[in-house]
Amino acid sequence: MKEEVNVGKVEHPKYTSKDFTSSQDVRWCPGCGDYSILAQVQRTSPEILVEKENVVWVSGIGCSSRFPYYMNTFGFHGIHGRAPAIATGVKLNNPKLSVWVATGDGDLLSIGGNHFIHACRRNVDLKIILFNNRIYGLTKGQYSPTSEKGKKTKSTPFGSVDFPFNPVGLALGAEATFVARSLDRDPKHLQEMIKKAGEHKGTAFIEVFQNCNIFNDGAFSLFTDKETKADNVVVLEHNKPMIFGANNDKGIRLNGLEPEVIDLSNGKYSINDVWVHNETDENPARAFILSQFSEREGLPLPIGVIRRISKPTYDQDFHEQIEDVKKQKGTGDLKKLLFSGNMWEVN
Amino acid sequence: MLIINEEHKIIKFMSKEILGLNDVTIRFAGDSGDGMQLTGTQFTNTTALVGNDLSTLPDYPAEIRAPAGTTYGVSGFQLHFSNSDIQTPGDSPDVLVAMNPAALKVNLKDLKHGATIIININSFDAKNMKLAGYENNPLEDDSLEGFEVVQVPLSKLTTTALEGSGLSAKEISRCKNFFALGLMYWLYSRPVEPTLKWIKSKFKDEPLIESANEKALLAGYYYGDNTELFTVRYHVEPAKLPKGIYRNISGNEAIALGFITASVKTGLPLFLGSYPITPASDILHELSKHKNFNVRTFQAEDEIAAITSAIGASFSGALAITTTSGPGVALKTEAIGLAVMTELPLVIIDVQRGGPSTGLPTKTEQSDLQQAIFGRNGEAPVAVIAASTPADCFYMAIEASRIATKYMVPVILLSDGYIANGSEPWRIPDPDSLPEIKINFRKEKEGFAPYSRDENFARPWAIPGTPGLEHRIGGLEKSNITGNVNYEPENHEFMVRLRAQKVKNIENDIPNLEVIGDADASILVLGWGGTYGSITEAVTRLHQKGIKIAQAHFKYLNPFPKNTGAILKKYKRIICPELNMGQLARILRSEFLVEVDSFTKIQGIPFKTTEIENKILSVIGELV
Repeated sequence: MKEEVNVGKVEHPKYTSKDFTSSQDVRWCPGCGDYSILAQVQRTSPEILVEKENVVWVSGIGCSSRFPYYMNTFGFHGIHGRAPAIATGVKLNNPKLSVWVATGDGDLLSIGGNHFIHACRRNVDLKIILFNNRIYGLTKGQYSPTSEKGKKTKSTPFGSVDFPFNPVGLALGAEATFVARSLDRDPKHLQEMIKKAGEHKGTAFIEVFQNCNIFNDGAFSLFTDKETKADNVVVLEHNKPMIFGANNDKGIRLNGLEPEVIDLSNGKYSINDVWVHNETDENPARAFILSQFSEREGLPLPIGVIRRISKPTYDQDFHEQIEDVKKQKGTGDLKKLLFSGNMWEVN
Repeated sequence: MLIINEEHKIIKFMSKEILGLNDVTIRFAGDSGDGMQLTGTQFTNTTALVGNDLSTLPDYPAEIRAPAGTTYGVSGFQLHFSNSDIQTPGDSPDVLVAMNPAALKVNLKDLKHGATIIININSFDAKNMKLAGYENNPLEDDSLEGFEVVQVPLSKLTTTALEGSGLSAKEISRCKNFFALGLMYWLYSRPVEPTLKWIKSKFKDEPLIESANEKALLAGYYYGDNTELFTVRYHVEPAKLPKGIYRNISGNEAIALGFITASVKTGLPLFLGSYPITPASDILHELSKHKNFNVRTFQAEDEIAAITSAIGASFSGALAITTTSGPGVALKTEAIGLAVMTELPLVIIDVQRGGPSTGLPTKTEQSDLQQAIFGRNGEAPVAVIAASTPADCFYMAIEASRIATKYMVPVILLSDGYIANGSEPWRIPDPDSLPEIKINFRKEKEGFAPYSRDENFARPWAIPGTPGLEHRIGGLEKSNITGNVNYEPENHEFMVRLRAQKVKNIENDIPNLEVIGDADASILVLGWGGTYGSITEAVTRLHQKGIKIAQAHFKYLNPFPKNTGAILKKYKRIICPELNMGQLARILRSEFLVEVDSFTKIQGIPFKTTEIENKILSVIGELV
């Protein structure tokens, strides 16, 4: 079928961020990381979206899921966990739409886990932004499926005994074709990730570390505070070596399957020893190694595009098949269909 | 009768006496691997082509291949055909074809006194009799007294007929159902050609199997003519049905065709979000075949994704439906509430089965009525309608689509395992004669408000892609007109009542409840859904005996037709037969403050006509 591109790099934007701002008062808590995500989406939208009327934001339930109300596009505030399934229906019925999902760690990974992995494996052309604050905010502070083990919350006064999900690892395992991570407190980086997700064809997943200043304040300060960020975050760039540190003097070396931090200042290692990031690597193994950095001591948190590969999208194949069947069988003729099979006449 | 088979160049005069019958009920029974459903379906299709009226009742276990020879693995297919108008698959078979001892054991109790039992004698060995739980050979003791038992060496005859076919013994054994079918074709004077044609197309890639099945079918046919076991054969004249072109159709097929028709009539693409579930999956299968009609079938990851994807598709402008059965409706419950709140058109098809929980997946029941009408959190009214026969499923699918799109409301369409799998002749309508369903997508930017109302209280359907109509909907309570989130107490009450009134308004747009039968009757038999056939047949029989009786049948259950209250108050006694614990009766009592005589059956099988007849007679007895 004819593919009408409604999302991608816009050469001459006709909108400004204001065009994407709805008239509704934003009702998140003052200081919430959600404000930044909203602002970055509104800022980048004019650069990637061609026609506002063809944009649909879908969400589930939770603080982050109020997002569609604040976007001046078509919006659907769904039910808990089901945003990817609602979005799949919207997209399948009209593949020309640019469909975005705003969701949280409870919404996407707990009650909606099934829909998330199936959207990924089908490669439906959806952009899924996970607002990961590692806590349940709207229900006032229970631990979430991304809360660290031992977390003390209202529902786990003695500490949680669950292991958390690694959202990036989960998305990779579910064969998502675009997987990225960013930070609410790094607006520029977040904008870049949103743009890249928008330009991608297929399921694009961005995990955003988002601070809940009420129930889980400072959860990501190690990665966002000026003093500690440089030594604890490695910014991934395609075809560039993984260098980090306040003086850019640390690198990641891949020793077989083992990632390790190497010191580039003492002459033992050079830039040539540093792992060069390839986001389009067909083999998912290295992307998965990157996803596990966050689970291991001594390794920095990778942010940026972790994997970006090209695969036919579900919506595209879905409609191509319909067109193929039409070609094979001809456009449906209702009379012929009803008057078919073993028929007989009564006079 | 002259039989000509071009393929085999056989021309033969059939010589035995042919007796005319008015109607016959046959049941084919065997292991679930014996191909009984196929045999029954073939006999049905041929019988339809001959021009008889008919009604079928497939009955199979939930297990795909239960251990061979066991009673719980028995699969059956009952068919009632006649030279006049009939409504049910028949109370008790005149003929049983029993492929093994278990099939005999399970079905014997249902047979008419004096019924013919055709037995595959080769399967009556010690092992199979033990598996069936027979301590003594039933063919040798008095357990079959009063029946006419015909012992046919079916397996052996099939093997002999297929000698040199190049098939293995196992493959040959699988052909014996065609031998049995051929024999039944002979016995009831049906042509073999339709099945030969079917075999040819079905097995075109497997020439050995094709030829073996053909041979088995013909061998069974000729065996009837040559054996001394049968002295007469039978003939049932075509029924005098209204003029027209007919095909045989099951409820599930009819629903699929109905929604394709609705899609054409609305001009909207049809989107089906579905998750496989017995006994509704055939609708998904059927619709998947017709993508050239712009049918978009999506097999979702679960029941919830099935309905929520349909809700998403409805939001973006599809005629959106989801097909399921009771357990699936339970899972979809929250999402139905979302469709109520977002006021989007959506049809939920519930092909009811025995419950609760997994219950009886392959058996019929009407126990989801209250789930359909009430089963959601909050005040969440939806329209509920029910199909009453297999062919009626076609029209109710169109009606569900009409109501959903006109009122911007979810509609639950109730079917059940019995009418879904059962079939009947369907007089095919000219699609041009069916009314168009007008869809008005909101296009005008000027004065647009997402929750403004038309004269029916429906809100505008403004789909993504329409410039200037960007708006947000969702599950939170809304302000009327603007659709903005609103938690104010008065607003909530207003909106709850508004949504209820919108559904109530549908009563102005549906036919009145029709009463048939005697104008001066004091008893009304009142049913809904798939019990239509049994009730109608029972009432007709009593009427023919001179008993004054009236009947009405609900197709619209929420809202009820406008004249319902007036009708209920006219009768001294109202008998309400249902395949549940009295769900409609309970609603009628509470809505209309009338006494209702609830008559129920919860066995996973339809009412027998005689059961309803006897109930009516006993009520009449009380009145005298």
